[in-house]
Amino acid sequence: MNRVYLDFNATTPVEPEVLDAMLPYFSAEFGNAASIHTPGQNARAAVETAREQVAALIGARAQEIVFTSGGTESDNHVIFGIVAQPILAVHEQEPSKHVITTAIEHEAVLNACQALEKEGVAVTYLPVNGNGLVDIDHLRAAIRPQTVLITVMHANNELGTVQPMEEIGRIARARDIYFHTDAVQSAGKLAIDVNALQVDLLSLSGHKFYAPKGVGAVYIRSGTHLRQLLYGGHHQRGFRPGTENVAGVVGLGKAAEIARNSLAEDAQRISTLRDELEGGLLQRIPQSRANGSAAPRTPNTTNLLFPGIEGEALLIALDLKGLACSTGAACSSGAVEPSHVLTAIGLPPEEARASLRFSLGRHTTRQEIEFALQVVPAAVEQLRDLSPTYRRVAEAR
Amino acid sequence: MTTTTQFDTLPERAEIQRGLVAVAMSGGVDSSTVPALLQEQGRPVVGLTMQLWNQRRLPELQGDGPAQHRCCSLDDVYDAKAVAQHLKFPHYVVNFEKQFEERVVRPFVDQYLSGRTPIACTNCNTDVKFEPLLRMARQIGAERLATGHYARIRKNDSTGRWELLRARDETKDQSYFLWGLSQEQLSRSEFPLGELTKDEVRAVARRAKLPVAEKPESMELCFVPNGNYVQFIQAYSRESGISLQGGAGEIVTGNGELIGRHNGVHEFTIGQRKGLGFAVGKPLYVLSIDQKQNRVVVGDDNALRTTAFEIENVNWVSCEKPQAPLHGSVKIRHKHEPAPAKIEPLDSSRVRVTFDAPQRAITPGQAAVFYDGDRVLGGGWIR
Repeated sequence: MNRVYLDFNATTPVEPEVLDAMLPYFSAEFGNAASIHTPGQNARAAVETAREQVAALIGARAQEIVFTSGGTESDNHVIFGIVAQPILAVHEQEPSKHVITTAIEHEAVLNACQALEKEGVAVTYLPVNGNGLVDIDHLRAAIRPQTVLITVMHANNELGTVQPMEEIGRIARARDIYFHTDAVQSAGKLAIDVNALQVDLLSLSGHKFYAPKGVGAVYIRSGTHLRQLLYGGHHQRGFRPGTENVAGVVGLGKAAEIARNSLAEDAQRISTLRDELEGGLLQRIPQSRANGSAAPRTPNTTNLLFPGIEGEALLIALDLKGLACSTGAACSSGAVEPSHVLTAIGLPPEEARASLRFSLGRHTTRQEIEFALQVVPAAVEQLRDLSPTYRRVAEAR
Repeated sequence: MTTTTQFDTLPERAEIQRGLVAVAMSGGVDSSTVPALLQEQGRPVVGLTMQLWNQRRLPELQGDGPAQHRCCSLDDVYDAKAVAQHLKFPHYVVNFEKQFEERVVRPFVDQYLSGRTPIACTNCNTDVKFEPLLRMARQIGAERLATGHYARIRKNDSTGRWELLRARDETKDQSYFLWGLSQEQLSRSEFPLGELTKDEVRAVARRAKLPVAEKPESMELCFVPNGNYVQFIQAYSRESGISLQGGAGEIVTGNGELIGRHNGVHEFTIGQRKGLGFAVGKPLYVLSIDQKQNRVVVGDDNALRTTAFEIENVNWVSCEKPQAPLHGSVKIRHKHEPAPAKIEPLDSSRVRVTFDAPQRAITPGQAAVFYDGDRVLGGGWIR
């Protein structure tokens, strides 16, 4: 069956140009980038070119980019690496090291922070308001002498919410605290300049912007002290050992270059389509609401609440009709707990479970949006008819 | 060389296929054969596997690691998915952990702690499989739900009722567990295996080259690892903060004579043979469990045989609630040969059953199911 895919926040296809750029590095130029001979040098050159391309995407310098296996590894590198510097164990007499993060981070950040808590590190999970935004005053008030890291995601994966990064960066800089951002959802969608944002560390992941899965990067501002996560050879200045995934890295670089060049135009076009989808569904489905739409968002995301239905059932019904979207984050599918992000913005469990996320991509067409506008209201209607609890409310129009 | 993206064209039709049947798939051979049979009839299928119980919730029961091929183990889900991949139909896992705990697990534990012997599978059928799962099936566009139960359903055009019948293969018949189904539920359900023997089912599985064709059957309660329900009750009660009721108590004879002690009434069921025979020269069996006094009453085999008892929460299936007593065969345990009895409705939901001949170990908590030949007339819980 042909499908309409509206789940680009979960993952994206590899752009044909990106695949073309990668292919030589599987067979013709298969050298190990660490080898001294010519095949190795050719691979090395490709890796370094990619490094420059990724750096350019975020306004960094090439030597500040370290390639990793993806966003999760990058997040873990930063969180364990900063806090561990110099030693992870907390001595009895010392007050615990402290990390500030938010309640809506991706699990890669949250679970890493929870692991740190088990080791005696104190963590503050800043709440967010009904639109998913952190309160700057809260953040300021949460800072302690022992705070070593502030980590706040640039854009949220479920809602698309964009945090006030420059303000946070200013506070972190003034207090001399390392500032990290999980930019997995924003890289390639929003213009990023690490100096404008005043971040010291940043995570990004290839498969969110048309590069392959299994490759990402972490930006580490020169002069930042952090401990390495993996031990081994001397790759990437000894900081992140492991033979480089040359083809993957080349793909990442190419995708970064493409994104940088088309970002502004893409954002314009995609946000128009997103607004049409969002507006159209809100209009056609009684009592529906957009979650987090009053805050600045990535151009492609809309998270909608359809009261009276089970998101799981709607998701399956839509899939059977050929439309792919998601309830909350991809990695927590099948879980019984409602989304921690929707809970953090104040949705009660039944509303969190009745919410669906649609996220558009670079090549999403108007026809696909029209298809969704046809299919989703019909499916919600059908589910509501069968719901033992939904009661139609007469609308005032 | 360039590649095209996979989303170049829109779906042709957004409608659900007409006549779509949902199949409840556990990953076992029986429920895996159901979609094969339906496809042979040219009917479109969607598979649903229920996630019912988190095996990691009671880690002390894990033993040597995650239980293999236990209810909701990943193995079983993968098996169901492998069948769906092989036969090329869509398959989804749906989460009913909350409902399963509320309607099956918790009542199971509570019943045992009250000295009764529950049947979890019946609660699961009535309150989970044929309720939220059936609703889910309808919500995603399938009007009917097929399962791998060995039983039969037919519409009686003269009475207008949906009837539940024993399976053709009496050794596999599961109609005993289905007495709680309503007319509405029966009207939307199908049991394609009801006319087949187990051997015939395996033959279909092999013919369809199902990945699970040689998978052994699992006979125990799906959520109790290793069949050790006592251990499960203890672990679950601890985790949920339920007190084990009376705890230790007395074992007495029918005359009230104290002959031993026990560690909890939940360890016993009617008819269970205690190892006290040596002391009194003959085998003793549990006759009844007095929850209030936290006592287990034992006696000899004769005392274990009784004739009359009452049942509650009666559900009438193949016939309407009769106005007068009737005669039929009544089954009081899964492994019990239905025996002739008088069936007398008392009020809207209670019935008195009087066997023609005494039956052994009539057990509170079990179900009594009334048959007229192959037809399940109805059933209820033994008080």
